[in-house]
Amino acid sequence: MSTKTNSPITNLLDGLSNGARYLRDKFEAFEGDRLGQIGLLILATFIFIGIFARPITIEFLNITIPGIAPYDPNERAVGGRLEPPSSAHLLGTTHLGRDVFSQLIAGTRVTLIVGSLAAFMAVFIGTNVGLVSAYFGGWVDDVLMRITDIAYSVPFLPFAIVMVAIIGSSIVNIIVAIVLILWRSTARVIRSQVLSHKQRPYVESAEAIGASHIRIMYLHILPNVLPLAFLYAAFAVGWAVIAEASLSFLGFGDPAMLSWGEMIFNVYTADAIREAWWWVFPPGIAIMLFVMSVFFIGRTLEKVVNPELRHKE
Amino acid sequence: MGLREFVIRRILQLVVTFWAFFTLLFVLFRLVPGDPTTMFLLDGMTAEQREQRIAELGLDQPLHIQYMEYLSQLLTGDFGQSFIYREPVIDIIIVRFMNTIVLMGTALFFAYLIGVTFGALMGWWRGSRFERGGIIVTLMARSSPEFWVGIVLLSVFVFWLGWFPSSGMRATGGELGGGFVARYGSIDFLRHLFLPALTGAIVFMATPTLLMRNTMLDVLNADFIEIKKAEGLPERTVLYRHAARNSVLPIVTVMAIATGAAMGGSVVIETVFNWPGMGREMVRAVNNNDYPVAMAAFFLMGSVVIIMNFLADLAYVYLDPRVEYE
Repeated sequence: MSTKTNSPITNLLDGLSNGARYLRDKFEAFEGDRLGQIGLLILATFIFIGIFARPITIEFLNITIPGIAPYDPNERAVGGRLEPPSSAHLLGTTHLGRDVFSQLIAGTRVTLIVGSLAAFMAVFIGTNVGLVSAYFGGWVDDVLMRITDIAYSVPFLPFAIVMVAIIGSSIVNIIVAIVLILWRSTARVIRSQVLSHKQRPYVESAEAIGASHIRIMYLHILPNVLPLAFLYAAFAVGWAVIAEASLSFLGFGDPAMLSWGEMIFNVYTADAIREAWWWVFPPGIAIMLFVMSVFFIGRTLEKVVNPELRHKE
Repeated sequence: MGLREFVIRRILQLVVTFWAFFTLLFVLFRLVPGDPTTMFLLDGMTAEQREQRIAELGLDQPLHIQYMEYLSQLLTGDFGQSFIYREPVIDIIIVRFMNTIVLMGTALFFAYLIGVTFGALMGWWRGSRFERGGIIVTLMARSSPEFWVGIVLLSVFVFWLGWFPSSGMRATGGELGGGFVARYGSIDFLRHLFLPALTGAIVFMATPTLLMRNTMLDVLNADFIEIKKAEGLPERTVLYRHAARNSVLPIVTVMAIATGAAMGGSVVIETVFNWPGMGREMVRAVNNNDYPVAMAAFFLMGSVVIIMNFLADLAYVYLDPRVEYE
């Protein structure tokens, strides 16, 4: 082992080129994969809508970018009660005369926030648990994997309901309740990957030149399992959004932030489900499209992680 | 390690998991922020009544004694009294539990029956239009929350076509009488069961379908399939007797995960269709601060998942002799 391979700069460069190669692989995987492309397109649209949903004021430049939503989603009586779609109200109005289209646009933000934050936190925790568990083995592994087993024995949605009911239904609490369960699958799958990497020569040689545990774990092994973590992040976004929507549908959503699930909850409590199709279907379709887009992307990423799948298509 | 040792170890693990789950419940329901005793009290109590009630419930005891007390109560199936119904929780929850098992059992049965068949055909006809369409439909179903599927079915089959009753478990007046068959076998009951069970089946179908397709692709690449084809066996025989049968194994392991999903799904599906099961009862209990009922429902759901995980592990080593006991 020369000093060259051990210097931080070469390590960094290696890391960067690894990353670049990974990104290139990723885009190659999207090439010729219609579903993955559709997924990216839908997701990009939702992100755009989410960012520009409401007017944005940049104070020091003194400009305001107008929002997409034509009305304030919470303002009452911008139209009549339960009006079907018209040119003034593209998707009609609610029983309180609120504009459904504006609510739909504004709800995109909640979905994006919950999906990205919950997935990031869950995968962050899961990756670390899996990495530490597999790397150290022994009692550390035993303890961490028993905790993972316990997380697997807790039913996801009922747990989230009880948590949110007890600690209060703010968006932060909802994300925490989701993350507390969602990390489990990443932890298991990363652990099994790290177990196989631990046996490989590159880890042995790093050990031989006296690299620290932290260094081996995070600079040598982690980059190799990162693609898998990305894959699980994509699926975690989907599950988190479904969980938030279900919680809100059951009436445990954040009352201050109107989400798509909460819109459908409102239809139910207003007893308008039979007539107000314009109020029920848009948020439902939006949830389905959003989750579909991340699952499509996940399927494409799966081929990067598991090249065998490429030949199966 | 032999099979016997594996089973013993797995049973010990089961006990530990149950204990951890009990403790989690205790922490959730007793150590909440604020005064944990308030949730066991009713509004409009005088100070004296409050104290008496606290003493009655043992909430004035030190925590570790409360904890031991709590464990012994759970093990004897004593969940206390419901605040709303003023009845023992166990009596309320057992009926609801049965209703949930009937609904979710039906949904899971059809989800796996259809999913395995559909997935096997998708693997068999790989690269066809059928397969591509099948994947998109499956991913769509997987991307839909249960309540959304339920609402779509309600809108089409109830509000538009009027083929099914919109909610509940039986028509008013058709009250329970007689035994199990009369209760769960009547036409009226099946008509009420159809839509909620279909909702569950559609949502839960995605996992077995995709998994079955993937394992079929692996199995179809194996040499013995080529040999069977070369032997001149009809395609159907190869598909059913040789390819599909060897692909079913991984499905067994995801059954446990599916049960967990079904427990969560029951909460939503029962709310949409007003099904008098445990999930809807739990939502109602949480909304009314009826904590003993909420806790019992959560306890039963978790127990079902833990036991299914255990059975899946055992089934796996039993079915696949190649599995090594780690």
